[in-house]
Amino acid sequence: MAQSDERTTDPAKRPADSFTRRHFLELIGAGAIGMAAVGSGVLSTEYLSPNVVKEPPTRFKAGMPESYPPGSVTLDKEQKVFIVRAKEGYFYALSATCTHLGCIANWKAEEGIVACPCHGSKFDREGNVIAGPAPRSLPRYAMSLDDHGQLVIDKALVVGEEATLKV
Amino acid sequence: MKESFRALTRSQAWRSVFRHGLPLSNRTRAEAVFYNFFLHVHPTKVRKRSVKFTYTWGLGGLSAGLFIVLVLTGALLMLYYRPSVQQAYGDMKDLQFVVSSGQFLRNMHRWAAHAMVAMVFLHMLRVFYTGSYRPPKEFNWVIGVILFVFTVLLSYTGYLLPWDQLAYWGISVGTNMVRSVPFGLGERISYLLLGGNIVGENALVRFYVLHCFVLPVAAMVLMGIHFWRVRKDGGV
Repeated sequence: MAQSDERTTDPAKRPADSFTRRHFLELIGAGAIGMAAVGSGVLSTEYLSPNVVKEPPTRFKAGMPESYPPGSVTLDKEQKVFIVRAKEGYFYALSATCTHLGCIANWKAEEGIVACPCHGSKFDREGNVIAGPAPRSLPRYAMSLDDHGQLVIDKALVVGEEATLKV
Repeated sequence: MKESFRALTRSQAWRSVFRHGLPLSNRTRAEAVFYNFFLHVHPTKVRKRSVKFTYTWGLGGLSAGLFIVLVLTGALLMLYYRPSVQQAYGDMKDLQFVVSSGQFLRNMHRWAAHAMVAMVFLHMLRVFYTGSYRPPKEFNWVIGVILFVFTVLLSYTGYLLPWDQLAYWGISVGTNMVRSVPFGLGERISYLLLGGNIVGENALVRFYVLHCFVLPVAAMVLMGIHFWRVRKDGGV
């Protein structure tokens, strides 16, 4: 019986679930296109994400401790950091970037608070949220003294609330 | 006069462009539409109701017209604007105060952009209130929604280009919103969008390319499909 032969060329006489040469080639073709699509997707994402970015360094010098009077909050606009000196004389560095959507907050000396101009978030001088949509308090950055006694702040290192620099 | 016109319409050059006769009979009138690239999108039949101005208010056409205004004025603005941190703001100011008609073109681009957002939105309202999103036109509504998103994205990417305080903080806030996408994807998308961690040189060039090439081309393709489907469904 020629009809039951697996190798028949007439598709109508073939069993429905048979794996034919056509299926095999279709699978190879679809696989190759799929691999090329995934590969070009991955490579495009890689291309779009720069390996080297020319961004300002996260570590910067903030001058001599004597230039900050006790009880002062000073905004470094360039670095987007508050250099806070408590009444007791110790230092800490607060991020000036609002934790809501990234605007630069300002120190309001007359009210003694940090206020963001964009959506009205308010923080106390310790960086804790007291009003507005900000979800987190302002992070503190690591602060140290270099060999010449200058303040050095590293924005890549976020430290806890207990971290202060006594000079 | 009449003779020279007749001679012109009989010339080989004329007949190769307009392959039908003068629209004097029903047949040639129909051919004038069928054989014209710009007219061939017309539907073969139109309901009387949908030709009425107060049915559509011409809002889709106004949106498309504003898009053309934006492409033309935008191409002209590109001649004097360079997307670099050093030059962008100065080039924008030069367009306003130094380049002849620069202020006019920049304002035209800006107002047309505002108007396009309004027109697309009103067009969407009209389509909603006339129920024109109903079967079999659901998919065209979906394309329309994507086109609305593209319109807003075009406005947003254009917002950064003057590189002033408004632009800088607008984009800072917007990309910080992207950061809140869950599963750690937010940071990744924001990095790809800005080409870095801050709104800087890479971000400016990326937004420029999106604004002047990627988004307009994508919008044009979708507009082609959108209009074609409107015509096929008997709309105007």
